[in-house]
Amino acid sequence: MTNTILEMRGITKTFPGVKALSDVNLDVREAEIHAIVGENGAGKSTLMKVLSGVYPSGSYDGQIIYKGEEQHFKSISDSEHKGIVIIHQELALVPLLSIAENIFLGNEQAKGGVIDWDETRDGARKLLGMVGLTEDPDTLVTNIGVGKQQLVEIAKALSKSVQLLILDEPTASLSEKDSAALLDLLMEFRKQGITSILISHKLNEVSKVADRITVIRDGRSIETLTKENISEDRIITLMVGRSLDDRYPARVPKIGEVVFEVKDWSVYHQQHRDRQVIKNIGINIRKGEVVGIAGLMGSGRTEFAMSVFGKSYGQRITGDVYLHGSKIDTSTVEKAVAHGIAYATEDRKTYGLNLIDHIKHNTTIANLRGVSKVGVIDDLGEMDVANEYRKKTNIRSSSVYQVTGNLSGGNQQKVVLSKWLFANPDVLILDEPTRGIDVGAKYEIYTIINQLAAQGKAILVISSEMPELLGITDRLYVMNEGRIVGEMPTSEASQEQIMRSIVRAEGKAS
Amino acid sequence: MTTETAQPGISATGEPAKMQELSVWGALQANMRDYGLLLALILIMLFFQYFTNGVLFKPVNLTNIILQNSYIIVMALGMLLVIVAGHIDLSVGSVSGFIGALAAMLMVGWDYPPELAFLANPFVAGAICLVVGAVVGAAQGYLIAYHKIPSFIVTLAGMLIFKGLSLAILSGKSVGPFPAEFQLLSAGFIPDVIGPTTLVAASEGVQGLALHTTTMVLAIVGVVAMVFFAIRGRARRKARGYESEPFGLFVAKNLVIAALVLFFAYMLASYKGLPNVLVVMALLIALFVFVTKRMTFGRRIYALGGNLKAAALSGIKTERMTFYVFAIMGALAALAGMIYAARLNSATPKAGQGLELDVIAAVFIGGASALGGVGQVAGAVIGAFIMGVMNNGMSIMGVNIDWQQMIKGVVLLAAVFFDLYNKNRSA
Repeated sequence: MTNTILEMRGITKTFPGVKALSDVNLDVREAEIHAIVGENGAGKSTLMKVLSGVYPSGSYDGQIIYKGEEQHFKSISDSEHKGIVIIHQELALVPLLSIAENIFLGNEQAKGGVIDWDETRDGARKLLGMVGLTEDPDTLVTNIGVGKQQLVEIAKALSKSVQLLILDEPTASLSEKDSAALLDLLMEFRKQGITSILISHKLNEVSKVADRITVIRDGRSIETLTKENISEDRIITLMVGRSLDDRYPARVPKIGEVVFEVKDWSVYHQQHRDRQVIKNIGINIRKGEVVGIAGLMGSGRTEFAMSVFGKSYGQRITGDVYLHGSKIDTSTVEKAVAHGIAYATEDRKTYGLNLIDHIKHNTTIANLRGVSKVGVIDDLGEMDVANEYRKKTNIRSSSVYQVTGNLSGGNQQKVVLSKWLFANPDVLILDEPTRGIDVGAKYEIYTIINQLAAQGKAILVISSEMPELLGITDRLYVMNEGRIVGEMPTSEASQEQIMRSIVRAEGKAS
Repeated sequence: MTTETAQPGISATGEPAKMQELSVWGALQANMRDYGLLLALILIMLFFQYFTNGVLFKPVNLTNIILQNSYIIVMALGMLLVIVAGHIDLSVGSVSGFIGALAAMLMVGWDYPPELAFLANPFVAGAICLVVGAVVGAAQGYLIAYHKIPSFIVTLAGMLIFKGLSLAILSGKSVGPFPAEFQLLSAGFIPDVIGPTTLVAASEGVQGLALHTTTMVLAIVGVVAMVFFAIRGRARRKARGYESEPFGLFVAKNLVIAALVLFFAYMLASYKGLPNVLVVMALLIALFVFVTKRMTFGRRIYALGGNLKAAALSGIKTERMTFYVFAIMGALAALAGMIYAARLNSATPKAGQGLELDVIAAVFIGGASALGGVGQVAGAVIGAFIMGVMNNGMSIMGVNIDWQQMIKGVVLLAAVFFDLYNKNRSA
């Protein structure tokens, strides 16, 4: 049972000017779940790209030994041929093709170029059964949720008779329920003899399913832990190279009067006119207060925030927004920003950053007035601003001229924060501010949030991670299916209590 | 030409950048695209200088190259904004032809009752044409920005519509000639208010050489101003502790640019001096460089071209910006149409056809990205000159038009290929 299926020895990969991996060693045993953890930018994804042939043999130093033979993969298809399949964080499915078509994409069930649809559907149904999906194979991928799409990806991997499955942050955008289902599936695969490599930030998941964990830091493999000596604290210490006594920085809240209030807010779905996604919500935030919105994926938290912020989501929006007691108009983003409201998106790549431009331009774009006079930008003034915020939010980059697309997730998030800090808002809405970023960067972002609260800003944090909400907020709203179903001071809240609010509301609804 | 300094590679350790001078080689590499393009233009010019037996650099030919390409460059400025914003405008050739036709009909084609005779005045007609061009661009921009119809389709329709409209208002005939004042737009040179400087007096057997003094004075003033602003900018960066390019490179770059400007000014001055249209062009280029590099308007266009959704969520009125970009494009197409008509001294139903392709090619050769968000004014201008010099050089060499087309196609492809190759290698 302890046969080694994969061994990577002394892998070193350099990019111009940067050593992304140096002397990394990894050994994976047959039919185990092997987790790889590390901070963003530590080199996990690079290592997997080396393994899967995205970086062809010869572009790195070191050896890959798979099933006892040294391999020289020149491309992804080489590694797939040997049964190594990688599933990336960004799913590689074609939304407007059916599930069956996606599963057999590039590997069509065809004779002489003519597709055999019966065989395609039958094959797809069989594979879907293996991952526990009961969807019709003819359903378009765009019509199923992210969780199910993830399972379709895995079914696709199974169709290639996978022996080593690599999952890069598979649960980053899944709800807790979908995540649990996915992890169960991995354990099921283990029984069937399929080896998995799991890259994840979620330490609780990793410690639940992994047989062994390899920690990578700064492009080096630090240590491989076995099941017996896995503990979250130990992993964190190895990951960051220092011990984090507390994952949430301490703060003494200084809460004042109500700054921001939304009353009777209703929103209908962007595409479906008759579907109400937000149902008469009211919330308020006080000066210097950090308020959280808890809830499951799809409960309408992001839709609520975006509809308040310049009607960026939805239609038939009704309700009132009050700032310092007087009603304000937030019907466009510009008006919302002018009133001192900022919304930092959950999806920084799609909605937050201009990825082809550098940090400097991204920092000032929401407040160009602050660095210009009559439409003319003060170049050096802008440099000062960009450098100031780079330092304040501790963005790790060579300079403010680094293109944001090349930054790690945590640093990208800090650029998004910088952008909104420079706009100097009174009310800051942070949607999943730490999604997909590592423990160290999370801590830094919490510290920034605390500083902002100390300056008297009103902060609303939307998060799917309950420990995070419990760790950093003063008061919590619980949201479910477009309604506020609970409100409590954080000091009296617990994960169980939040879940109870949700479940009780669901019981009422049905 | 670039005010941005070089950007060193990514630091793995995340050490804060030290404020220091960059290495010459690093700076060269970082600005490879800008220097490379200019170098390519110079090499192409030298190539044709050799193969045309020295005709290319004759003052009269250099003047011709400028006159022949002025309308392409004028439109390339607008097209750069359109492409950076992530759109395309296929209608500019037809619109410029239509405006040329409109100008001809306004000035010499239509009979007016006496109280409307002022419409035939070249300045009034010119102003009307610019406004009509802007309105045409705005109308297309309105459909693209607010009704979300893809720009490819709107401007393809516009191309057909305005092709038809020029035919209609010209009734299928050529209309001309234009009043003398209007012709000056393309055929005129700035007056030599100082008077010529004779370098070599004309005598028997010796061709005289007299310089257009005003041209030289303007060029020298321009170069001094450029160097002054470059030194001041550098000093200001230094004073605030920001890195700048190595001193040697800074000096070399400015010397080369100054030498080039003075050389071409000298060539022009030894013919008839600065063409009026070059003055118009130079002012427009300077304006567009300023707008794209230093103004919030320009910055917002790059932002929305780079990530439309993120720009909208940053409070940028993306629709309005797109609308403005197309309105500006329309006005520039109108100006180009007038320059073209003035040069031919008549408006023809075929005028402007196919120009959009030259304009778009110039912008892409200049390094703009078809995906939006990337592109420089200087690049588009140099791209236009690369195409222009090749046209001119191959014509002098007597290369057949069929070969000319193929070679231009290959150059466009090669330029974009080289660009992507470089990008992938550095990524």
